Amino acid sequence: MKEKSRVLDKEALSRSLIRIAHEILEKNKGAEGLCLIGIRNRGAYLAARLGSCIEEIDKKGVPVGILDITLYRDDLTQIGSQPVVHKTEIDFDIADKIVVLVDDVLYSGRTIRAALDALIDFGRPKAIQLAVLVDRGHRELPIRADYVGKNIPTAKDEQVEVRLAETDGVDEVVVVEKSQ
Amino acid sequence: MKWNRKDLLGLEELSREELELILSTAGSFKEVSSRQIKKVPALRGKTVVNLFYEPSTRTRVSFEVAAKRLSADVINIATETSSVKKGETLVDTGRNIEALKADIIVMRHNYSGAAAMLARHLDISVVNAGDGWHEHPTQALLDMFTLKEKLGRLEGINVSIVGDIAHSRVARSNIWGLTKLGAHVTVCAPKILIPPEIDKMGVHVTSDIFEALSKADAVNVLRMQFERDEQNAFPKQLEYFKNYGITAERLEKAKDDIVVMHPGPINRGIEMSSDVADGANSVILEQVTNGIAVRMAVLFLVAQAQGKAYENPD
Repeated sequence: MKEKSRVLDKEALSRSLIRIAHEILEKNKGAEGLCLIGIRNRGAYLAARLGSCIEEIDKKGVPVGILDITLYRDDLTQIGSQPVVHKTEIDFDIADKIVVLVDDVLYSGRTIRAALDALIDFGRPKAIQLAVLVDRGHRELPIRADYVGKNIPTAKDEQVEVRLAETDGVDEVVVVEKSQ
Repeated sequence: MKWNRKDLLGLEELSREELELILSTAGSFKEVSSRQIKKVPALRGKTVVNLFYEPSTRTRVSFEVAAKRLSADVINIATETSSVKKGETLVDTGRNIEALKADIIVMRHNYSGAAAMLARHLDISVVNAGDGWHEHPTQALLDMFTLKEKLGRLEGINVSIVGDIAHSRVARSNIWGLTKLGAHVTVCAPKILIPPEIDKMGVHVTSDIFEALSKADAVNVLRMQFERDEQNAFPKQLEYFKNYGITAERLEKAKDDIVVMHPGPINRGIEMSSDVADGANSVILEQVTNGIAVRMAVLFLVAQAQGKAYENPD
């Protein structure tokens, strides 16, 4: 694995999240009826951070939940993948809420497809929007993000790594070359 | 930790890490049953066959609910109404089920070792739902899951198993599982219901119910299986209750927060009194709820391991 470039550092990452928080509030005209749901693993931490940004700006908290999409993956039965199932933690009702789904990297769109299926099993939200820190292109499904921290054009043999203080001890986004 | 067993036959052969993986996976699955839509697509397109050679309602229904919450298709075969009555052998029955392209057989059988024998002959998964006096792994797993939930840990806790130890696959599986995870196990029964050499499994043996209850963090009360008493050697029901029945009076001398478990179905007034079965210390119905999560985890894990070589850990 060779590191090619650092596309976001700590400050840039934090500014991106603050901007996304403002955009979410602008588009939805405030925090009323909003909730954030982060996709495990890093999406969950990003959702929590966006939640605090929104609370700081709007002085109103929004419920934040965590979604584990393992059981909804479309490659579950393929040999070689043996994912660990973690808990989904959504302790509020999403019916008639505007759900902002949060993930770190938008790539093929398959994770988001799985997350949409999972969310709908929890109730019927008024709307679902998508916020991602990085959109790296190469979609395989007709899915797009409503809020993007940074668009990073990539080649397929590259990998975008989002590192967060909570899991990796540092806040940064880097592009690395996949080892063959 | 990777799970690579296509079958779950017993807890004896599982490592500590494998036991912990099942329990933590079950923890994640428990949340599914609390949703409005109690279903995830993890086993969509898979077929689970419940093959029961002994009458069972709760275990079969529990497996059926677990499989359905994973979106699997479920077929129940009760052998009283099947070609087993016409003399078909177990392996032939299994091969026929395999030829139907089923993916998992959940089997209850009255012979010890039947599940292991079937698993050797088939490529599809076999989950042991109780074989003779040998093992009932998912019951022990749900007991352990419930204990961990209630007490916060298994390491170092004192669990007493009271009742017909000699004929109990539930006791055997619990002993294997609990001792591997560091719990101290005491078995308590009249001498005639304690099998020889049980102490070699690493348990403390007593026939004194007060001793069994005095230090226990939990007591797992087994059903008295009077139907197995062919030689009429068991103590009579009232005599058993008088000497070993779990009553509120006996629990007064135990820890205040002792966890009372029973795999069901309860014989009220024989193994325990009604006020204990329905009392604050009883977790009997929580065991039933947890059974679903544990069986979902087991079905999910064995299905994930299919197509890979069965690796014996030794």
